[in-house]
Amino acid sequence: MRLVYPLLVSALLFSIGVYGVLARRNAILVLMSVELMLNAVNLNLVAFDVWLGDGLRAGQVFALYIITIAAAEIGLGLAIILLVFRNRQTSDVDALRELGEYEHDRLVEEAAEAEQAIPRQAVREQAAAQ
Amino acid sequence: MTGVEVLFLLLGAVAVGAALLVVSSRNLVHAALWLVVTLGALAGCYLLLTAELVAWVQVLIYVGAVVVLLLFGLMLTRAPIGYSAEFTSGNRWMAAGVAGATAGVLVTVVGQAFGDAYVDVHAGVAGSSGAIGSAIFRYWVLPFEALSVLLLAALVGAIVLSRGGAASPGTDGTGIDGTGIDGSVTGSLAADQAGRVGDGAREGER
Repeated sequence: MRLVYPLLVSALLFSIGVYGVLARRNAILVLMSVELMLNAVNLNLVAFDVWLGDGLRAGQVFALYIITIAAAEIGLGLAIILLVFRNRQTSDVDALRELGEYEHDRLVEEAAEAEQAIPRQAVREQAAAQ
Repeated sequence: MTGVEVLFLLLGAVAVGAALLVVSSRNLVHAALWLVVTLGALAGCYLLLTAELVAWVQVLIYVGAVVVLLLFGLMLTRAPIGYSAEFTSGNRWMAAGVAGATAGVLVTVVGQAFGDAYVDVHAGVAGSSGAIGSAIFRYWVLPFEALSVLLLAALVGAIVLSRGGAASPGTDGTGIDGTGIDGSVTGSLAADQAGRVGDGAREGER
């Protein structure tokens, strides 16, 4: 088999992942695109390992390690996204423009004024007022 | 073009097409399910490259665990399940330009560098679990141990991150807890005062 085929598939997958990271707004979709890029790298590693016939099996072993690191990354990333969602009530990457927590109360007030459809925030505000 | 090449190109086309649907789908759950298709097709590619252990680890960890985690994340962030056009931001054309430039550079360089290289996939299994296992525990033990420490640190970090929001002051989780504690304290004080009043009333009766 020609070595170019896996390399072409890998390059296309990596580019699609780059597009997804740059163009998607939902943070979980950004994580999915990062997974696409990691898988492209894995395909490259396996293809070059089989091509070289390395006795140490470095490429495949590193592909396994990258799969493990991707699992750890997705766990931590989801924990961070859930924390951000708990604090800001959104997982929209474009809406996260402030680093400080002091904007949180203003955002909650605005959301509660804008729509009554989120009863939890109204309950929280009442609890905070009492 | 041999049969293995045809099969590999078909699987690669499935992987790339499903990846395009992952980054362009207007439904979050459908994007996660297309990611399953991409990862499964990549596992088939690993099998064709005779990397058996990597293929099955890919199926186990990626398709079995990572996508399930992503679906849990979708549920827990109360993401919109239906179709929505708001998942792609306004700078998608710039992103498409950057991705197209990346693809052009990578395909050109790879095509010129490895245009006449051949992989001998009929020489035997290159990645059987026995060979990979002996390679890991004979030559790559130190990265293996470092990786186990990293996994432990990631586990502890994820637990701390998910528990820390309720323990730190200032977040809205403690608002309810604080008022709950205050309410119970004031409630017990009120009961205490009521008991004293009752005692006083009884003493007044005497």
